[in-house]
Amino acid sequence: MGHNAKLRVWRGDASGGDLKDYTVEVNEGEVVLDVIHRLQATQTPDLAVRWNCKAGKCGSCSAEVNGRPRLMCMCQMNNFAEDEVITITPMRAFPVIRDLVTDVSYNYEKARKVPSFAPPKDLAPGDYRMQQVDVERSQEFRKCIECFLCNNTCHVIRDHEENKENFSGPRFLMRIAELDMHPLDTLDRKKMAQEEHGLGYCNITKCCSEVCPEHIHITDNALIPMKERVADVKYDPFFAIWSLFRKPDNAKS
Amino acid sequence: MAEVERHSYDVIVIGAGGAGLRAAIEARSQGMRTAIICKSLFGKAHTVMAEGGIAAAMGNVNSKDNWQVHFRDTMRGGKFMNSWRMAELHAMEAPQRVWELETYGALFDRTKDGRISQRNFGGHEYPRLAHVGDRTGLELIRTLQQKIVSLQQEDERESGDAESRLKVFAELTITKLTMDGERISGAFGYWRESGRFVVFDAPAVIIATGGIGKSFKVTSNSWEYTGDGHALAMRAGATLVNMEFVQFHPTGMVWPPSVKGILVTESVRGDGGVLTNSEGKRFMFNYVPEVFRGQYADTEAEADRWYTDPENNKRPPELLPRDEVARAINSEVKAGRGSPHGGVFLDVSSRLPKAEIMKRLPSMYHQFKELADVDITAQPMEVGPTCHYVMGGVEVEPDTGAAKVPGLFAAGEASGGMHGSNRLGGNSLSDLLVFGRRAGAGAAEYVGAIGATRPVVTEAEIEVASAEALAPFRAEGGENPYTLHTELQQSMNDLVGIIRREDELEAALAKLEVLKERSKAVSVEGHRQFNPGWHLALDLNNMITVSECIARAALIRQESRGGHTRDDHPGMNPEWRQVNLICSIDGEGVAVNKQALSSMRPDLLALFDRYELSKYMTEAELADLPVQDSTKGDS
Repeated sequence: MGHNAKLRVWRGDASGGDLKDYTVEVNEGEVVLDVIHRLQATQTPDLAVRWNCKAGKCGSCSAEVNGRPRLMCMCQMNNFAEDEVITITPMRAFPVIRDLVTDVSYNYEKARKVPSFAPPKDLAPGDYRMQQVDVERSQEFRKCIECFLCNNTCHVIRDHEENKENFSGPRFLMRIAELDMHPLDTLDRKKMAQEEHGLGYCNITKCCSEVCPEHIHITDNALIPMKERVADVKYDPFFAIWSLFRKPDNAKS
Repeated sequence: MAEVERHSYDVIVIGAGGAGLRAAIEARSQGMRTAIICKSLFGKAHTVMAEGGIAAAMGNVNSKDNWQVHFRDTMRGGKFMNSWRMAELHAMEAPQRVWELETYGALFDRTKDGRISQRNFGGHEYPRLAHVGDRTGLELIRTLQQKIVSLQQEDERESGDAESRLKVFAELTITKLTMDGERISGAFGYWRESGRFVVFDAPAVIIATGGIGKSFKVTSNSWEYTGDGHALAMRAGATLVNMEFVQFHPTGMVWPPSVKGILVTESVRGDGGVLTNSEGKRFMFNYVPEVFRGQYADTEAEADRWYTDPENNKRPPELLPRDEVARAINSEVKAGRGSPHGGVFLDVSSRLPKAEIMKRLPSMYHQFKELADVDITAQPMEVGPTCHYVMGGVEVEPDTGAAKVPGLFAAGEASGGMHGSNRLGGNSLSDLLVFGRRAGAGAAEYVGAIGATRPVVTEAEIEVASAEALAPFRAEGGENPYTLHTELQQSMNDLVGIIRREDELEAALAKLEVLKERSKAVSVEGHRQFNPGWHLALDLNNMITVSECIARAALIRQESRGGHTRDDHPGMNPEWRQVNLICSIDGEGVAVNKQALSSMRPDLLALFDRYELSKYMTEAELADLPVQDSTKGDS
């Protein structure tokens, strides 16, 4: 039943490294992560790889398989021909720590820059009332497992380290959209999306949506609607004049 | 000796799942400088795997629900072995903990009138589980993670430093708790990334490390679940309770082999899915045990009517507590009526329209589609039992989460008592929040009371801890930790699994002795930087210790109850219901002692009718019962 797969795995650390060839046994139904684990257990006990749930729910085992950003636990070996060489490399947009493990702290830093949910001050716990249809929009974005594959693939930062400072990536622009669409959030998040998190850098190539293992429509449902909301505020002549007179205030009217 | 990174906190929380994060939020909110230590990245803890929901008697879907009914269901599910005080606190406080999550930004599915929707689940009398499709655990962990970020934002506004009062140490593993005489002084561990050592000086430590499933071969648990907290607490002098009770979730994937054990949510059954054998028969009707007769439907027709008319029909037996369903599946497979890959069939495709399945069970749909090439909207799934949860854990004070050792606290799966011999689905997420908060408050109170007499971690302890952690590098030509781990998992699965026997448990203990010896000579290659072989070598010691607790307690308890089934001692024995088995460290091994269960408070006892209690209690206990008012027992 099993066959031997040809793997080419990136080994190294921050100072450099290169692709190493391995031959590893594969059994029916296995995914790339299974094969990496077998490699670790039988040939390279110190091969560094991050993983937790092995069921596509935690978003830890992100890497690039034949150049495509994937969760290794959801990438079946039968996608490849038996004699195909499968190349596994760490995510490219983040600094390598060792082997397949990267430093994803950029994401945690950006997360902390998004102002948290701000409910109405006078609303007591237990009194929240929301309609299903109104929560569904944000619920789609909350399916995110924070694998950071969207940020990894986004061309704004993938090969442009210099953009990282001003761009929070699809993951956190989507987080802003999620809060903006939360029926009970009281902050106006349009300006911050544009000015602090770099929504304008996104030119809707939809690469993020394509690699999302949760099949979230990041571009169509989060980023484009957010861009439209920003445009409404920014370029509507009425808003433009009105904003000259109103007090600087973040509260939604 | 080498320089060691050193931090000082009021409270450190080991574990960043639901219990750990809720504990940290509480400790920080009560003014404690708090550190959260996670073995993985922040937000990846095993809580994300919880699917079905969080049990809380809010009464949003059926207004008859209240905490007393939830308490009763919990005690029944645990076969009356639960710490009644924990079950009481849990049932009373769960609704507040769920509502609080909404203030942190959680978005649960809604009822028509805009409140939090609640779904049916095994062992719960009314629809009780707040949920978000089948990814409730992810919602819980993300919500708590985002609450922590929001507290850090507050601190940043106040002090300019986001981490001044609450800091997350990600990918850091604790290998030892340090002691100042009888009390906790802190913890010692290593950074995954660099392998460098870290010392935390802290008067209070909260253990929230989750479970032990990685000691078993077929498990729904991730690599982190190696019983670290259980073992750390024991080595610090604390005790574990009820370790023989291990929950095998009835529905794990069975095919293909590489995904064997991955969880299939109980919501599939809660939302109408049925279990059938190779003959196409809904076999659960043959497995309703005596204690649950009268609460479950006798015919398929009645069971099916219950989904739309729960007032006038009894619930389907597919929704019996998990231990019952797991044993039933095991028996069907043993009797030769299993599915092609050694499970049974779980079918929702003939029960709900495709669109409804996609809406209610989206992640199950993807899981089967992508990992097994099965379309659950068109075909049945194949499922079988998988090691899922340990009811046993650190013995704690119900109100504060305090363990036997001053300064040590525990919450969540790592603590014991709350669920008795078997946990109901949905009671875990609520347990995490209720007792996470209580442990955080307990730790804060303890630290507040010790004043200026803070314990310190001594250099000598640091040297010992470093030497222990580095031992696998010193041994040369020793065994590969992966080999030992595989053998451990195989023997626990074969000999201490869902059905147990005296001779097999003795064989397991003998095997554990051998593994214990061999583990001393494990050696690892490479260096300390992100080295999984080394990490496993250290985790292995914890798994062996915890496995010994399970096997020893399982050998002693000569009855079958909840998550402990003895082929050679079938049936519950009321005498054994009065006995907790307490594990402690004894030299290089584990000692198990009997301890009496405390008697339930009369007002709680009065929630059950005498007839039901007679199924669980001894003659002597029944004779002592107060005369009951006949209006009780309205179920």
